[in-house]
Amino acid sequence: MSGNESGPTGDASTVRRRTATTRTRRRGVAPTARRTATRTGQYAALLAYLAFLAFPFLWLLSTAFKPPREIGSLHPTWIPEAPTLENFRQAFAEQPLWAAAGNSLLAAAVSALLAIALATPMAYVLARCRTRLSRAATGWVVISQAFPLVLVIIPLFLILKGLHLVDSRTGLILVYVVWSLPFALWMLTGYVRAVPAELEEAAAVDGAGRLRTLLSVTAPLLAPGIVATALFAFLTAWNEFFFALVLLKSPGKQTLPVALTHFLGTEGVADLGPLAAAALLATLPSLLLFAVIQRRITGGMLAGAVKN
Amino acid sequence: MATAPRRSGKPAADPAARTRRDHGAWFLVLPALIPILLLSVGPLLYGAGLAFTDAQSGRTRATRFVGLLNFSDLFHDTLFWDSFRIGLGWAFGVTVPQFLLALGLALLLHLPLRLRWLARALAIIPWAMPEVVVGIMWRLVYHPDAGILNETLRGLGLPGADGRDWLSGLATALPAVVVVGIWAGMPQTTVTLLAGLQHVPRELHEAAAMDGAGAWRGFRAVTWPALRPIALSVTALNFIWNLNSFALVFVLTDGGPGGRTRLPMLFAYEEAFRYGQFGYAATMGLALVAVISVLLAFHLAGRLKGADDR
Repeated sequence: MSGNESGPTGDASTVRRRTATTRTRRRGVAPTARRTATRTGQYAALLAYLAFLAFPFLWLLSTAFKPPREIGSLHPTWIPEAPTLENFRQAFAEQPLWAAAGNSLLAAAVSALLAIALATPMAYVLARCRTRLSRAATGWVVISQAFPLVLVIIPLFLILKGLHLVDSRTGLILVYVVWSLPFALWMLTGYVRAVPAELEEAAAVDGAGRLRTLLSVTAPLLAPGIVATALFAFLTAWNEFFFALVLLKSPGKQTLPVALTHFLGTEGVADLGPLAAAALLATLPSLLLFAVIQRRITGGMLAGAVKN
Repeated sequence: MATAPRRSGKPAADPAARTRRDHGAWFLVLPALIPILLLSVGPLLYGAGLAFTDAQSGRTRATRFVGLLNFSDLFHDTLFWDSFRIGLGWAFGVTVPQFLLALGLALLLHLPLRLRWLARALAIIPWAMPEVVVGIMWRLVYHPDAGILNETLRGLGLPGADGRDWLSGLATALPAVVVVGIWAGMPQTTVTLLAGLQHVPRELHEAAAMDGAGAWRGFRAVTWPALRPIALSVTALNFIWNLNSFALVFVLTDGGPGGRTRLPMLFAYEEAFRYGQFGYAATMGLALVAVISVLLAFHLAGRLKGADDR
């Protein structure tokens, strides 16, 4: 946007007249110089955005590798002068991070697998059959994304308490399964729609039943979409905080995001190093996985935003 | 877009056979439907019901139905209204600048610029990070002594940066968390808008350019009308998500200082799980639902309009 031709909107002839004058004016003031200026402005804006995106993360990196003396310095620097792994050692000594990572891994992996197993058949039906159910399901997907979680967690807490599943990893996994179902359904339905229905109809003409068709024709074509959805469900559970905070009390059962908040207990400068180190470690799996599936997620989100 | 005509325009050879197959499909729905009903729809209704009771944690007396008592309490609860105002301020403060920045950025990334790949690669960072880590990271940035923000401001010779604790200042806390909110949600918004831009037919731009439209006029006449339904729906959804946010601000300030960043969700969490007031917290949730429903209507209107226009 060069933003110089703005003005009140008029009818078509005014538009043409106005733009015509701008064009002559432009030609008068060396068009290439103007274009270079616009380009420079565009790159400046892009660089500003890149800096805005990167600087907190670079600061986290820097802090994680600094010795306490440098963190405590009144004039902190970007590059650690004496980089150290001491913060990582101390982080593991202060909090049961391995156990927390294990709990996170368990909850995320099991809930992702269950969510996929439950959602795939339903997504197939939603994509292929025009029933009232698919309208209801679409509505529910949108609503469940928009609900204040506190309204869900109180009854869930009471229900799980009745089942003796509060402060239990099983209870958390149950919640995660149901919580990741809407998005899993949404993504998977999109992936099923991308498989041409003609292929299935051909199989049906050959006498295959719906289940047979589903398993032998659709499932193989759907595999990449299923993997992407599973990884996304895994990531959501890996990053989740609110349910884990409310449902898990024993330190040995807590997940990584909850364990991280224990570093915030004391405000002393000395704790910033281990805090940064632990936070960095908790992020690495997410960043790696997300980098792998980013394109697919983007595609899925787009499909949702543009089409649905 | 093309899905509806494709599905309806391809009738199976034998309608009866098709119906038979569709009835068989019900079995495929049950594995997901039962957990959804038991652990999602059920609890939602239960939660809405709790709003009309005096349910509390850890007491022996039975829970009683109290009608609209919680609602009248809520109406007179100045702390709730404070938190509601803060929540609206936060949601506006994050959603609107974020949308404008993301729109500008999406337009920028739509151009053939050299560093687009880097923007895409870096955008993964805020998107994939756990909210807790985002909060921790920004606490390190905002830290009064060891933070890079104050050091940068000092370096630029700006006054008032020495030892300023952004997250604890009564005046600075809310703006400080709003900046983090904007940072955390930028990538999603940008990518969605960029996708919308890529769906604007190129011929329209060419036609506008032939008519001599400049960049701004081209945007007003061609890009924006095509983008508007997506923009409306994205903004409404973002607003709702922001109104519901919890983890980010919980980690950054835990609602402080003096409740200046106590978003409605933090308030409801405190009521429910620090003071055990389940019924009252559920009432807060339900009150938020009323606001959210209006926004959701906007979001759906945006989607439906998008479908009509095509």
